Amino acid sequence: MTELIQPIFQTAAWVAIHAFVPAFIVMNAVLIAGAFLTYVERKVIGHIQLRPGPNRVGPLGLLQPLADGIKLLTKEDIIPAQADRFVFVIAPFFSLVPVIMAYAVIPWGEPTTIMGLLPWLRAFDGWGYIPPAWNPFPLVPEKATLVVSNLNIGVLYILAMSGLSAYGIILAGWGSNSKYALLGGLRSAAQVISYEIAMGLAIVGTLMLAGSLSLVDIVRAQESSFWYILAQPLGFLIFFISGIAETNRAPFDLPEAESEIVAGFHTEYSGMRFAFFFMAEYGAMVIISAMASILYLGGWLPLQLPIPSSVPAIGSALAGADGAVRAVNGALMAIPPIVWMLSKIGFFLFVYIWLRATFPRLRYDQLMHLGWKVMLPLGLANIFVTGLVILVKG
Amino acid sequence: MVNLDQAFFLYFAAMIVVFSIVTITRKNPVYAVMALLVVFFHVAGLYVLLNAEFIAALQVVVYAGAILVLYLFVLMLLSVPREALGAAVHRRWPVYALVGGAAAVEIALLLARSKFAQRPGPYPPDVVREVGSTQAIGTVLFTEFLYPFEVISLVLLVAMIGAIVLTKKWTPAQGGEEGR
Amino acid sequence: MTIPLSWVLALSAVVFGIGVIGLLTRRNILILLMSLELILNAANINLVAFSHYLHSMRGNVIVVFTIAVAAAEAAVGLAILLSLFRNRRTVNLDEVREMKG
Repeated sequence: MTELIQPIFQTAAWVAIHAFVPAFIVMNAVLIAGAFLTYVERKVIGHIQLRPGPNRVGPLGLLQPLADGIKLLTKEDIIPAQADRFVFVIAPFFSLVPVIMAYAVIPWGEPTTIMGLLPWLRAFDGWGYIPPAWNPFPLVPEKATLVVSNLNIGVLYILAMSGLSAYGIILAGWGSNSKYALLGGLRSAAQVISYEIAMGLAIVGTLMLAGSLSLVDIVRAQESSFWYILAQPLGFLIFFISGIAETNRAPFDLPEAESEIVAGFHTEYSGMRFAFFFMAEYGAMVIISAMASILYLGGWLPLQLPIPSSVPAIGSALAGADGAVRAVNGALMAIPPIVWMLSKIGFFLFVYIWLRATFPRLRYDQLMHLGWKVMLPLGLANIFVTGLVILVKG
Repeated sequence: MVNLDQAFFLYFAAMIVVFSIVTITRKNPVYAVMALLVVFFHVAGLYVLLNAEFIAALQVVVYAGAILVLYLFVLMLLSVPREALGAAVHRRWPVYALVGGAAAVEIALLLARSKFAQRPGPYPPDVVREVGSTQAIGTVLFTEFLYPFEVISLVLLVAMIGAIVLTKKWTPAQGGEEGR
Repeated sequence: MTIPLSWVLALSAVVFGIGVIGLLTRRNILILLMSLELILNAANINLVAFSHYLHSMRGNVIVVFTIAVAAAEAAVGLAILLSLFRNRRTVNLDEVREMKG
């Protein structure tokens, strides 16, 4: 009996430790971070507009997301009488699930022992209570690679998942059976599809430099050369602007332009179903920010200043500063990789919020003009120039 | 006893068949599109099982992310009244269903009795896993199949122009009859 | 840890059959186009399977072409459908009989 079940148990434990635990941690971290991001957004926009922002619930209003969550959970769940019930109910899942799935390939840092936790777990024997044959703890890896799954087609996978976000929007718009929702859904789907093309083309430049579709390999390639924002400034701009449009954020938030079409595709949604769309939007923002950090700012790599004497142009003039620069580099090195990754993501999220507080919304024809007649040709030109440079140099 | 790969295959196969049937039996095309989406996803899973991750990604990006969205889009644009969507199986549908079933059986029989090439090519699964399916496909696509690749781009261009010409609302000044 | 080739071929034959049945029996043009996609997918499954078992990449490359052709087909098919609907207010194949002699 034991001989039959024990291997199955071992396999199940291995799958649990190597797949379910990381996936569980990342998913929950993302959802909590998404909820907290709503607080940060309101606070930042509040300060930009000289208001205090939320400050009633908890110290500095820090428990506001919790209060919002309780409110959304306990709200009445309304399904419009004329709605297509099945489509109406399933649409929020179509919008949230691909976003969460996209997190599976985002690398968060170097392989780490998590401050000695993993070796300790490996050696754990349940204080003698678990028989050695049934002890799953030795299956814990020596070092955790901070990515749920290092797919060798990671970039394509993210593009695929972001392409699926159009479904939740169209289905929500159609299922609500309301003209505002339908118009919002159509607008949004057209926008997502248009900007996805520009985004894909912008990424191609980076892929050509890195020679890989795996996000981990792209970061490694930047470790041995330089951050790709230096080589791909245009690609970075196209990527980030398309990313903002792709996530339907201001100034490209036409699908939910309050003054024109109420709340767009989620006009008819309330309570937790509405919260799903909300979480999907914030989750997608974090994905775009993480992609921007990985593709253009070296992901988890620490910032390293060039040593003055190794730069030919200014070498002799600043040679005395070598020691100081080395010391600064050492200090930057000492910061853990995951902190670098998270602060880069945080920076891009701040830019997102900053843009929302600064720019007025585009008109629909301007949006389409920008996507098809500016971003798309620029993306193609970027690929062409990158190819030319690689051809000449290498 | 089935092993893990086979168990996954059986799951994918069952889902593909069930949701293919759902696709062709729905009255409302929106439900058909959703069922077809499930089919495409499981076909992508099958491709991963068969060591073709790149094709799997392509399947999701192009089929699920572009083609099916286009179907949904057209459905919304048509704004067909919901009652008018239905109607309609052909009146002699059992005959045609029988023809389709016969075709499937014939293909299955034909394949079961066929002999396939025994001389394996240069890309066994280990090699593909080693270099990655993206690179393996790229190498063959841009050497052996370069000319067909260029032709395909022409096909896409023609389709693009054709779609625009067909759906553009011509005004009389542009040579259309009464603005159609 | 391998899947017998015959299983995959059987699956593709079944999907092909379902696609053909949909194509022949349904009268809604949108569903007809979706049945066509099913048939193309059945062919793609076969190509990928042969590619895997014959240790060749050619099947996979042809799938790339098939997907491109499917995209072209969907674009043109849906464009025809749109202009048909504009002129005739129907998506039912049986109500389109101008070409009948």
